[in-house]
Amino acid sequence: MTNIDQGPRLTQRPELERPEIVQTGVLRQSLSITRRNLIHIKRMPEMLMDVTIQPVMFVLLFAFVFGSSIDIETAAGYKAWLLGGIMAQTVAFSSFIVAVGLTADLEKGIVDRMRSLPINPASVLIGRSISSLMHSSIGLVVMSLTGLLIGWRINTNVAEAALGYLLLVGWGFAMIWIGILAGSAMRSVEAVNGVMFATMFPITFLANTFAPTDNMPPVLRAVAEWNPISSLTQAVRELWGNDYPLREGAALPLQHPVLATFVWILVITAVVAPLAIRTFNKRTAS
Amino acid sequence: MTRDTAIEAEHLVKKFGDKTAVDDVSFSVPTGSVLGLLGPNGAGKTTTVRMMATLTRPTSGTGRVAGHDIVTSPRDVRRNMGLTGQAATVDELLTGRENLRLIGSLYGLSSAYIKRATDDLLERFSLSDAGNRIAKTYSGGMRRRLDLAVSLIATPPVLFLDEPTTGLDPRSRLELWEVLRELVNDGTTLLLTTQYLEEADQLADNIVVIDRGQVIAEGTPLQLKDQSGAASLVVTVSRADDLAIAEEMLRLHVAEVHVEAGARQLTAPAEGLQHMTRIATLFADSQIELDDIGLKRPSLDDVFLHLTGHRAEDSTASGDETRITEEVPA
Repeated sequence: MTNIDQGPRLTQRPELERPEIVQTGVLRQSLSITRRNLIHIKRMPEMLMDVTIQPVMFVLLFAFVFGSSIDIETAAGYKAWLLGGIMAQTVAFSSFIVAVGLTADLEKGIVDRMRSLPINPASVLIGRSISSLMHSSIGLVVMSLTGLLIGWRINTNVAEAALGYLLLVGWGFAMIWIGILAGSAMRSVEAVNGVMFATMFPITFLANTFAPTDNMPPVLRAVAEWNPISSLTQAVRELWGNDYPLREGAALPLQHPVLATFVWILVITAVVAPLAIRTFNKRTAS
Repeated sequence: MTRDTAIEAEHLVKKFGDKTAVDDVSFSVPTGSVLGLLGPNGAGKTTTVRMMATLTRPTSGTGRVAGHDIVTSPRDVRRNMGLTGQAATVDELLTGRENLRLIGSLYGLSSAYIKRATDDLLERFSLSDAGNRIAKTYSGGMRRRLDLAVSLIATPPVLFLDEPTTGLDPRSRLELWEVLRELVNDGTTLLLTTQYLEEADQLADNIVVIDRGQVIAEGTPLQLKDQSGAASLVVTVSRADDLAIAEEMLRLHVAEVHVEAGARQLTAPAEGLQHMTRIATLFADSQIELDDIGLKRPSLDDVFLHLTGHRAEDSTASGDETRITEEVPA
């Protein structure tokens, strides 16, 4: 029978010599993936345009085009005030970075390849998040240097300065989940670009990022001041001493911006993270 | 299941909404052999492989890879398998070496081992010179080879290949077949899906034909060919003008003749070697010049037609064709 035929053939076959496979932790796995994502940036430095040339251009455009007509009652004037806004916008865009990277990996089958390995599937997302945070952090450094060049200074102490940066990075963390959600839900990098642009731009503009909210019509002002981005911007400005005293009638979050920012970070993460993970799992498991 | 079975699928079912992509598929692959999962686009091949490779959970049924259950112990399955997906999923911005290192370190291999294995694999897949170039610069064939090399970094005993040669030019395809044969000689068990009947014929010890999510036939390539009946005698005349007279002559010796004018071909049911030799002699003595005369075994294409009532190519979407041509390196 067939067994007789196969018997000798099978015994002739050598046993495969397998290397030792060590069970690695999710951290090491995530870092391997982070490293890979960073190599991408090294190979395609233009990927960094969104955190370098683009925000620098914004700083210069706004500072010099609008700067002369917007009067900010601080010693350093509009330019120094503006910088917190641009930084907030830049970290808000980290959702963009995550979404684009994740969609590209999903589209090209890279995520499937990773999932076919004996690793914790979460490391794909964690690795992506870490590299995106590093990506955004490069933006914060570039912004800070640009700021220093045009006259922005931190006028407080080290602790408050650090807390300001911490809030920005924390904000970037919350944005990652929005990025994972968008990246998992959308079918192409082009779609991600379109949708993220159409939403993130108005959201980051309809705030105190580039112009004071004080003179906006009442409804617009309320919307802008309750916009989470405004809390972050206001918090950073306060912590760095770039703000001016709040006008009368400012919305509640702006009166306690640091606290409000922390609350926003927690709320966004708590609401979006489960949704994002569910969407990602659903997308990849089909 | 015995120790000699490397891959086993048991009543696999996968539903997407009301659509049943895979409908009660079972098969088993002896250790060290090759199973070809053959079927047209959309037959459920990829979904079957994705279930076996733990990328998607079966709606019902289960399977085992190297003795581990795909539903209850996916992590053990992943440790014992390699997967090369339909599109070459190498990272384009990483060099060949970096691709291998990334997957090696994710597997949990030591860096010393990865370094050694990387050199070996690059050498074996004729990629040594390209190892430090980013994969974006690779041709389609090189990408496939790198993809395969990456799947082999941890020497998995079981390898899943989803349409490994789709989009490759004929030469690259032959090269890849050669590499796959070597792997099998080394003791790897392969499950490969293909729409190319010839590929299954060339590589597989056993073939499972699936259509619309169901197994419609299985057996060795030889058995499947026998299923679709006898061989035929094919005569090709040199000049189209001779077709009519050749047909007349042939009709005296065979039961029926089918004429394909465009190919200048006459086909008749074969009646053995002697019969063919006799007919060949008749033609040799006549004024009719022949390009070719011979017996043709039914191709797997014929088998598919016989089994399903439609040709394998029928369900190949035209969109797919475009994709294939795009992937062929210029």
